[in-house]
Amino acid sequence: MKLLVGVTSRTRLVLAVAFFAAFLAIWFLITWAEWVPPHFLASPARTLRSGIDLFASQGFLEDIGMTVWRVVGGFALAAIVAVPLGILMGAYKPIEAFFEPFISFARYMPASAFIPLLILWLGIGEGQKLSIIFIGCFFQLTLMVAMIVGSTRRDLVEAAYTLGAKDSGIIRRVLLPGAAPDIAEALRQVLGLGWTYVILAELIGASTGIGHMITDSQALMATDNIIAGIVVIGLVGLASDLLFKKANQLLFPWSLLR
Amino acid sequence: MSRLSVRNVSKTYPGLRGAAPTQALLPVSLEVNDNDFITVLGPSGCGKSTLLRLVAGLDVPTGGEILLDGQPVKGPGADRGFVFQSYTLFPWLTVRQNICFGLREKGTSAAEQKEISEHFIDKVGLRHFEDHLPKQLSGGMQQRVAIARALANDPKILLLDEPFGALDNQTRVLMQELLLGIWESARKTVMFVTHDVDEAIFMANRVVVFSARPGRIKADVPVELPHPRHYTIKTSAGFTDLKARITEEIRVETIAAAV
Repeated sequence: MKLLVGVTSRTRLVLAVAFFAAFLAIWFLITWAEWVPPHFLASPARTLRSGIDLFASQGFLEDIGMTVWRVVGGFALAAIVAVPLGILMGAYKPIEAFFEPFISFARYMPASAFIPLLILWLGIGEGQKLSIIFIGCFFQLTLMVAMIVGSTRRDLVEAAYTLGAKDSGIIRRVLLPGAAPDIAEALRQVLGLGWTYVILAELIGASTGIGHMITDSQALMATDNIIAGIVVIGLVGLASDLLFKKANQLLFPWSLLR
Repeated sequence: MSRLSVRNVSKTYPGLRGAAPTQALLPVSLEVNDNDFITVLGPSGCGKSTLLRLVAGLDVPTGGEILLDGQPVKGPGADRGFVFQSYTLFPWLTVRQNICFGLREKGTSAAEQKEISEHFIDKVGLRHFEDHLPKQLSGGMQQRVAIARALANDPKILLLDEPFGALDNQTRVLMQELLLGIWESARKTVMFVTHDVDEAIFMANRVVVFSARPGRIKADVPVELPHPRHYTIKTSAGFTDLKARITEEIRVETIAAAV
């Protein structure tokens, strides 16, 4: 191992698979040796069987679809407002001075603490779910975008001015393209945040979704279902993450050059 | 009438956290004629780059005024091309798109953009690299694109702030010849900031020597070496005499700046 020296994609894959394998092996060992009772921790095989059963006969796909819809919906609403606001804050310091202190404060208000309030205001429908994800993502994303745009290289901005660009041209042709890869990366990270909030929203007052299935299973002590649900969340999250990464590579090939 | 008039221009930066303000530039006056190639030579931190940034409109002078063709400079604009010491090509644009940046901003037609960029791609020797991204180019190539990008706008004056400072010596000499060749054929007005005595004399028809900070003009030395200049001129008697004289001027200032 050498400091900061990269590995081939083959080695990377082997190492990544190795950790998953080790994780599974330890899980298998714990349940096979019955170090914990099966109703506290289901074995990998049983979890897999329950997982298949969830898909085959309990309409789990619908739950997943519902959850994905909520995450994407809440996240998209947050992004539609947060990205333009963040860009304006990053570009214009008075706008930043106006919004930034409040958003920094709001960011520390836990979205989960709003759940009782949102249930009072909005009931337990979809509006409440989307609102929690929105609150969880919006403040964070706005600040990240503002910081990214605000840290645009000053020499590039100056170069554009000396080439005759005006403020609108600088925003369109320097700030936006320069910040785009980092904004996409911020969106990817905040989408991950959205996934934690959606399950939270579904644990309380939902009749569909992965989170709802998990709370139902808790009542039945069905740890196999709970673990299957958690694994599925992980897999869907991983898939969306990979999609985002791939899209960023295709959209911003220049940002990968060293 | 001179192309660029710098009249009693000074610059003071406010002190941070109650510290005394920094006087970067004492009142400086300078006339640059049409087609002049003047180099501004001085020790590090003497305010020579400050003066160039004031002419570009990137900073606002504390006192005095700057006139370009009789019009006061109020901010940056396409009539003053600027080449920075740092690499400032837009990393998301190809070589050609970088060269066309100012033209697109002006609303030049696509056909004309193509024609102008073709001309300058050849001029700076980057044929076959026009679709490369900046990070795929060497430092010298990037600075050639930066020069082409500034010239494509057809500015009234070209301002260069130690553009070859980060390059190795061999590349720097080639770049000097390239820029001088462009100047000899296009006859632009050029103001070039450097701390390299050889570079200052080789390129210029006038060397303006700056004092240590706070900067002021210490000497204004005409360079009457014939054009076109070849690098061998650097060993001629005329060149070495000038070099001896200017080196002495700048040495005193460097010592003053160091203590």
